[in-house]
Amino acid sequence: MNAVFKPDETYRDDFTFRNSPEAIRRFPLPFPEDEYMYSVNIEPHVPGPKGAVTEFAFDVDEHYVAECRERALVLAAEPLRFQALPHMLSSQWDCLELIMESLARDYPQHFTLARNGNHWHWINRPLELDQRFTFGDVSTLPRPPLDYIGRQAQGDFVVMDQREGDLWAEAGVVTTQADWSLDFDVGMSFNEWHGPVPLAHELGVFDRALKYLLNLRLGQPVRRLNWTMTVHPRLDTSPENYPKWGPDRAAVTPQNAGDLVHLRVELQGLWRLPRSNAIAFGIRCYLISVRDLSTVPKWARRVHRVLKNLHPALVDYKGLTRYRDAVVEWLAPFDDGAPTTPGTAPE
Amino acid sequence: MNDAQTLAVVVTAIEQITPLIKHFKMAAADGGALPAFSGGSHIIVVMRGGSRIHRNPYSLLSSPHHLDTYEIGVRRMEESRGGSHFMHDQVRVGTPLEIAHPVNLFPLDKIARKHVLIAGGIGITPFLAQLEDLHDAAVPYELHYSVRSPEHAAFLSRLRAREGERVHMYYDSESQAVDFDGLLSAQPLGTHVYVCGPAGLINRVTAAAREWGWPDSHIHWEQFAAPPVGEAFEVFLARSKLTVHVPPDQSLMESIEGAGVEVPYLCRGGVCGFCQTRVLESGGELLHNDHYLSEAERAKGNCIMPCVSRARGSKLVLDL
Repeated sequence: MNAVFKPDETYRDDFTFRNSPEAIRRFPLPFPEDEYMYSVNIEPHVPGPKGAVTEFAFDVDEHYVAECRERALVLAAEPLRFQALPHMLSSQWDCLELIMESLARDYPQHFTLARNGNHWHWINRPLELDQRFTFGDVSTLPRPPLDYIGRQAQGDFVVMDQREGDLWAEAGVVTTQADWSLDFDVGMSFNEWHGPVPLAHELGVFDRALKYLLNLRLGQPVRRLNWTMTVHPRLDTSPENYPKWGPDRAAVTPQNAGDLVHLRVELQGLWRLPRSNAIAFGIRCYLISVRDLSTVPKWARRVHRVLKNLHPALVDYKGLTRYRDAVVEWLAPFDDGAPTTPGTAPE
Repeated sequence: MNDAQTLAVVVTAIEQITPLIKHFKMAAADGGALPAFSGGSHIIVVMRGGSRIHRNPYSLLSSPHHLDTYEIGVRRMEESRGGSHFMHDQVRVGTPLEIAHPVNLFPLDKIARKHVLIAGGIGITPFLAQLEDLHDAAVPYELHYSVRSPEHAAFLSRLRAREGERVHMYYDSESQAVDFDGLLSAQPLGTHVYVCGPAGLINRVTAAAREWGWPDSHIHWEQFAAPPVGEAFEVFLARSKLTVHVPPDQSLMESIEGAGVEVPYLCRGGVCGFCQTRVLESGGELLHNDHYLSEAERAKGNCIMPCVSRARGSKLVLDL
């Protein structure tokens, strides 16, 4: 996407974040059908099609500059949003290489990477950064490698070490999360980390996903979509800051739901990392107001049906209990009962 | 994985380093850097020569820090089905080869307090790459390397020059053997042991470690099983509606691939479990040669690893 950046948007206080008509059209709707239940919905993360959020390995959209500023604000207030256990250093460098190589290849107008052996030169034009450093030498970067590059990418990153037939969340930079905490989860195994998710354990989803990911291959990343909802376009819905955003949920009414409530979709990508044999887990958050969503007739019908019939355990787990009915009521006039076409494309 | 995802390389040097082992160096055909990897990784070498295609796994023994060249060691197998003979007899400097991206099924544990590496013969190869990662780290390690006789000690001068006293040699010809009980009964808590070599060595090390109370999570081994030669048999692929003949010197996977049906795989050596295939019907006996399925899974008789395992008797039907 060759977007014009909107550097002054905010994800807090006055919430001036807005999606352009182009951003609405390319929104990654996570519902291929009119009902939703957990599944191992993993597919190869192959680039394309043009203009889609999956056109490139990492999507840089119109919110790039504003989102990077929001991340810096969170990290300044709460430094533990970046963590890396000591044995994860080589995986941090792997992540830095993956992100820099991808951005420079896919967005040459914004990013340039020149490599001469271990002497690297990185230019990030939108954020006005120009950094020469020695790959592998932490003393040549202003911050640890994952912290440094994580601030220059949209979305969160968790790095999982692979050992004992399991994946361990042992490094990450996390500021745009749907109510989970890196500080709480760091060091956990795959099943411990996903412990709170209802129903999916019983469905065997995590056992199968883990088995699949343990065999993830270099150069063959995979992706999946996940979703929840958030009141206001707030990226940082962390447990640490619950008092700041939790009460917002009580403000939703059938009258204001379209503007207050946002569908929050995570494009999750998983990459095997070469030197560390770890796995990078990217969690990219896309927000869209229910009103903007309703501008696509098929999406309005489908989201209305998904929310109306959502399993009660998922309503509770996703934190929708207080306002799901209000959103369903707001969307009801858009649902004429007509069948929807398969897939997620606007129409 | 399939062949569409291979890398084109060219052999740049070959050296006969022991009576049985040849050392190959290869570089990217386009002259660029090869993909980064971690110590313990293997590649699959695709050999197109003669009447059939061989795809054999070989551990990368070169330094993960030098990506202009990949190096492998190939032992000439007495009962080779052709792969190692092809590498030894037909590959020359300048021969183009295809390889698959590196995969690591034998990584070092990153939170180990100490590493004990035990190699037998050609099993030294993954450790050569791992030692490059260990060399500059603060974690203590030692290597125990046993071979038939001094002339079979591949890469010993390289090891001695770089690792010095950390290398402990054992020669069968001089009746020297690793004292597994002595070695494994007196290691600090948090030590991990890694073994690569013949099945007998792996069995002795893993048995001794368990005897001394080592947790399974601290015992690591890798042995690529070569698909054994067996009796010919027929297989019916239910989804493809194809009957495939498996000759004595071809694996089940190779025969299925020869019929134009792809089987997903990573190691082709019975280790990774990736090619696990459902058995829908079996009138005879499944001959499991992999290191992946548990006894309980084998007893059920409803799956097989076609990379190394075979069948005997009538009517094998697979969900392919």
